Amino acid sequence: MTHPSTSEAAMNQSRMTHSPMTRTVDPRTRSAHDALARGLGWFSIGLGLAEILAPRALCRALGLQGREALVQAYGAREVATGAAILMSHDPTPWLWGRVAGDALDLATLATGFEGDNPRTGTLALATVAVAGVTLADIVCVQGLTADKRPAQPGVYEYHNRSGYPHGLAAAHGAASNLAVPRDFRIPDALRPWREGRPVAGS
Amino acid sequence: MKALVWHGTADIRCDTVPDPMIEDGRDAIIKVTSCAICGSDLHLYDHFMPGMKAGDIMGHETMGEVVEVGRDNTALKVGDRIVVPFTIICGQCEQCKRGNFSVCERSNRNAALAETAFGHTTAGLFGYTHLTGGYPGGQAEYLRVPYADATHIKVPNGIPDEKLLFLSDIFPTGWQAAVQCDIQPEDTVAIWGCGPVGQMAIRSAILLGAERVIAIDRVPERLTMARAGGAETIDLNQESNVVAKLNDMTNGKGPEKCIDTVGMEAHATTSLDAIYDRAKQAVMLESDRPHVLRQMIMACRPAGVLSIPGVYGGLIDKVPFGAAMNKGLTFRMGQTHVNRWSDDLLRRIEEGQIDPSFVITHTVGLEQGPEMYRTFRDKQDGCIKVMIRP
Repeated sequence: MTHPSTSEAAMNQSRMTHSPMTRTVDPRTRSAHDALARGLGWFSIGLGLAEILAPRALCRALGLQGREALVQAYGAREVATGAAILMSHDPTPWLWGRVAGDALDLATLATGFEGDNPRTGTLALATVAVAGVTLADIVCVQGLTADKRPAQPGVYEYHNRSGYPHGLAAAHGAASNLAVPRDFRIPDALRPWREGRPVAGS
Repeated sequence: MKALVWHGTADIRCDTVPDPMIEDGRDAIIKVTSCAICGSDLHLYDHFMPGMKAGDIMGHETMGEVVEVGRDNTALKVGDRIVVPFTIICGQCEQCKRGNFSVCERSNRNAALAETAFGHTTAGLFGYTHLTGGYPGGQAEYLRVPYADATHIKVPNGIPDEKLLFLSDIFPTGWQAAVQCDIQPEDTVAIWGCGPVGQMAIRSAILLGAERVIAIDRVPERLTMARAGGAETIDLNQESNVVAKLNDMTNGKGPEKCIDTVGMEAHATTSLDAIYDRAKQAVMLESDRPHVLRQMIMACRPAGVLSIPGVYGGLIDKVPFGAAMNKGLTFRMGQTHVNRWSDDLLRRIEEGQIDPSFVITHTVGLEQGPEMYRTFRDKQDGCIKVMIRP
């Protein structure tokens, strides 16, 4: 253990002048990114339910007939992800899940442009919409990550905050004569040994 | 009056609520001069602890001036300056008489709920779920103190609130964590978490004469503050294998004493067990994340002591109890018996052995409280401890 010599009493005094914060206060404690995450969670559930309940209509509109089971599976994924976002204390990993799901959706939509699909106009609109939602997902997940990013070392220097008005050296062991209450003592057999015998409890 | 009110997960607002009134002859009402946000308030903010209801007033670190006293309360008078311990104590039951104040048998008015959750009731707590009485908390302009003739620490004038406020919780909590290690001069004490309780535990272990204190965290400013208090540090951003590192630092023997000031919301992100805990918690098969507890059991020297002031609320999984049993570890844990230590700690503050105000990084008004919950939770803006002046 190091025992740096400090004039900590003076430092402690100067620390007490920490200025009160005076920033504008949002009466609720959620950030814009939290609100966006919740919005995306509800969107996910809504889209998922539509995919589960009306896969045939969706596939017909996009010219993707025959993929109804796949669309229903995507719907289940959307509902599960949406519920997880809404219920989670930290939606960040679930939003990354949404981004991965978006990529899957875009890849699936891209296969619809092959061949002679008569619904390429609707398909293109759907692709643009999914790309927009993907962008929102990425903005949200990056914002949430930035919200939680720890400070860089050295930004907040608390090196003078020892809490010992008379310095660390004086504080070390200052309370070592405390009569530890009997019910707080460890058993003698577990105490350290000195000169071949366990140190007796005081 | 204004108060910080819980409305749901991560939703605390500064609301206008009815003023408290005397409800029992032993009560007192105080005008709050200072209060603080505690790390364990974050378990409520994130809604990890069950038993909160929309409208509950937060806060269990409070001090102020007595403005009204119940007719049976002869211990206090209007104008007294008191710190309010976070545990509400009757002072008369068998446990209180033994000094086991945090398990007072009478102060939890929802004892049946606690018996369901914990097997037996524990003490009532201010602003800390209906499992512990559902008492309105002290992050407010006024506070009703039940059993106030026992539930108080009288403090002298002339010492600023900043030095005294933490007698309510984090200072005696860090102190009890160290005392229950029964620290010997040759001991190495490893402390997980450099939040406010961790900082107090570091200072307590130093005051009690530990040879070495090793503090473990990942937040740079908290590690800096830990070093200022005399600890060596392990930075989790640079060291993934804490157990191996502690062995390296102690000639392969491990620390004799280990203190978990983290509790149920361990923020490990890279280890397998952390991923496992997150997954189980997401599907509600586990309520707490015992990452630190697992590490302490593996790191502690055989026949050593684990001290657990960090709050756990429910069920934990995959704890290496075989290692704990075979190594003969002693577990000491519990909420803090605040009044058991308060006279001694007040004396140490008066004598200048310690000034607990070192931990305050932000001082705000009540209106800024909701924002500060988020700042504190996310460890933003160098936040380690928030003091509120209503």
